[in-house]
Amino acid sequence: MRQDLLGLYGYAAEEIEEILSLSAWMKDRLRRGEKRFSELRDRSVVILFYENSTRTRTSFEFAAKYLGARVVNISVASSSVQKGETLVDTGKTLDAMRTDAIVMRHPMSGAPKLLADTVCAHVVNAGDGMNEHPTQALLDMLTMKERFGTIKGLRVAILGDILHSRVAKSNLFGLTAMGAEVRMFAPRTLVPAGIEQMGAKLCASREEAVEGADVVMGLRIQLERQHAGNFPSLGEYARFYGVNEEVLRGAKPNAAVLHPGPVNRGVELTSGVIDSDQSRIEEQVLSGVAVRMAVLSLICKEEV
Amino acid sequence: MILKHGNVVTEEGVRSLDLRIEEGKIAEIAPQIEGEGLDLTGLTVFPGLIDMHVHLREPGFERKEDMTSGCRAAVKGGFTQICCMPNTDPVVDNKVVVTYLKTRAKETGLCKVHPIGAITKGQRGEELAAIGAMKAAGAVAISEDGTSVPSAKIMAQAMQYAADFGLKCLCHCEDKALVDGGVVHEGYYSTLTGLKGSMRAAEDIMIAREICLAESLNLPVHICHVSTYSGVQLIREAKARGVQVTAETCPHYFTLTDEAIRDFDTDSKVNPPLREEKDRVAVIEGLRDGTLDCIVTDHAPHHEDEKRVEYALAAFGISGLETSFALSYTMLAKEGPLSLSELAALMSANPASILSLQGGRIVRGAPADLTIADLNAEWTIDPGQFVSKGKNTPFKGRKVFGKIKFTIVDGEIKYREGGEAEK
Repeated sequence: MRQDLLGLYGYAAEEIEEILSLSAWMKDRLRRGEKRFSELRDRSVVILFYENSTRTRTSFEFAAKYLGARVVNISVASSSVQKGETLVDTGKTLDAMRTDAIVMRHPMSGAPKLLADTVCAHVVNAGDGMNEHPTQALLDMLTMKERFGTIKGLRVAILGDILHSRVAKSNLFGLTAMGAEVRMFAPRTLVPAGIEQMGAKLCASREEAVEGADVVMGLRIQLERQHAGNFPSLGEYARFYGVNEEVLRGAKPNAAVLHPGPVNRGVELTSGVIDSDQSRIEEQVLSGVAVRMAVLSLICKEEV
Repeated sequence: MILKHGNVVTEEGVRSLDLRIEEGKIAEIAPQIEGEGLDLTGLTVFPGLIDMHVHLREPGFERKEDMTSGCRAAVKGGFTQICCMPNTDPVVDNKVVVTYLKTRAKETGLCKVHPIGAITKGQRGEELAAIGAMKAAGAVAISEDGTSVPSAKIMAQAMQYAADFGLKCLCHCEDKALVDGGVVHEGYYSTLTGLKGSMRAAEDIMIAREICLAESLNLPVHICHVSTYSGVQLIREAKARGVQVTAETCPHYFTLTDEAIRDFDTDSKVNPPLREEKDRVAVIEGLRDGTLDCIVTDHAPHHEDEKRVEYALAAFGISGLETSFALSYTMLAKEGPLSLSELAALMSANPASILSLQGGRIVRGAPADLTIADLNAEWTIDPGQFVSKGKNTPFKGRKVFGKIKFTIVDGEIKYREGGEAEK
């Protein structure tokens, strides 16, 4: 495992495999009700969030606590990023307190890189701007691997706000490294430039994207994108771009439905899709804790 | 003073000539002049370089740069004349600030400094600044650099009013609504980094607007720091149909592409942004075929605190005075496509002609503004060696050719490599 986990761009299959196999082991233990691990005993972990989040923060906090770490939560309002202490100074302060790992979420792309360049502590990116959200992609891949036994050769359809999605990008980098095929579909206003050069197949319709897919992943559509002129209304989005039961029928019969949450029911996915037998959305949650345990223990390992 | 055995760059080519300087002027040019002199064997003598787009930051932002540090950087970079942009605090929108800058430049006594006035009061885009009074105090052009004048109507009136005083508008071209907070070029690397991109059209639309205004009014206009292939083409087509448009670009646009942003190096953050290879190539072609008239630095020094932050929060700009000549020579003339005479035109004669400044040519009777370089000297760009307060350069660690040995202004050596500036 590298010194920091900033993103999955440039990761080789073996590196991802290393994390996923420990994650599977952790998840197995968790399923059996185990919550006392010792991998991070006497370690201090700071969870530093510059953006609101409930599930990712809770997931990381449980992961660190289950591993036996001492955990401190710091919330900084996004609005104070420009006014308050600089990230570099915050990092130096946390370092001086002998922090072993910093889990950071930040609204600006590249912020974890800046922090990692500044501190001795290990940095885990919990989502930065429109850049990456590596543990989300890892938990998605863990969920896929459990469902299908392998990731190689899977056809994964990702639908939704690709432009602003760090989840889509981390999945694209991770999945292509693992040998999966990634198909994407979104309104043209929400497709980032050059995404095909990164290995995605951009589809002309949701039907084409979903056709024969093993995994159908919806991405959250935020109301603020409507106000920014990316589409006329959530209703129109759902009608022309959302995944409903009929669209899902184009995928393989045993296809898994994933979503990073929280879901807007009836927008990117209909309730029928979310609550179907094919949905693995709840499964993703436990995968998340397991993956974060694996990442934190691997990253802090070598100095033991 | 006699300068002996230098390879002198003239419009006709490079020739080994001696130059005699008297009372700040070039008094004689001949293959051989008798008498003691400065031996320039192996060195190349350019007409004094002129940079018509510099941010000196004084008054108001002396933490980034001031008149003294900026002029020291200029002469170290081979510049004998520079024009400073008005986005200071207070804005250069009246004769008092112009006079202040002229006074400070005189006190500093290194290179010639020509203030550029704002187009509108406070650069707010509403009412015209005191253009006539600024010209009378010594301003050589007007510009809203850093932004475009939002209203085409105000811009048209500025062009007309400035023309009465023989001043040109230097136009920073950026459609703010389309940029929409973008900090890099929109393309593969903006997606890869997740940094918000801005498309070429955001620059091109404003280039087109200024060309349309100049064409409608039959008046001249100058386009600042062109970075897009499509912008180059707009200017080429306008020139072909007789529009009085001139344009500049910067070394970073013909040297780098947006690949430089991939590791979030905030020194690569500049406005307009670094673009793609096809843009870089088109900018070089524009310089070669005369579409782009001159090379400027857009020298934009910043304090380290303004760059050691998240990319989105970092200040735009590159500290360019001390690297411009070497980058231009290395990229454009060392192995072509330009001759040394063409390079000298882009960095001296053309900016002089656009702004009606004295200088730009090595001819008898002209001011003895000369830049003397060792073109064979290879060196590594190290911002730690900059005399500018701004150490912000994406060229750190880059190897270049062409080292400034002497910068002579009105016959006085103002910079000598490895030595103190002489009086």
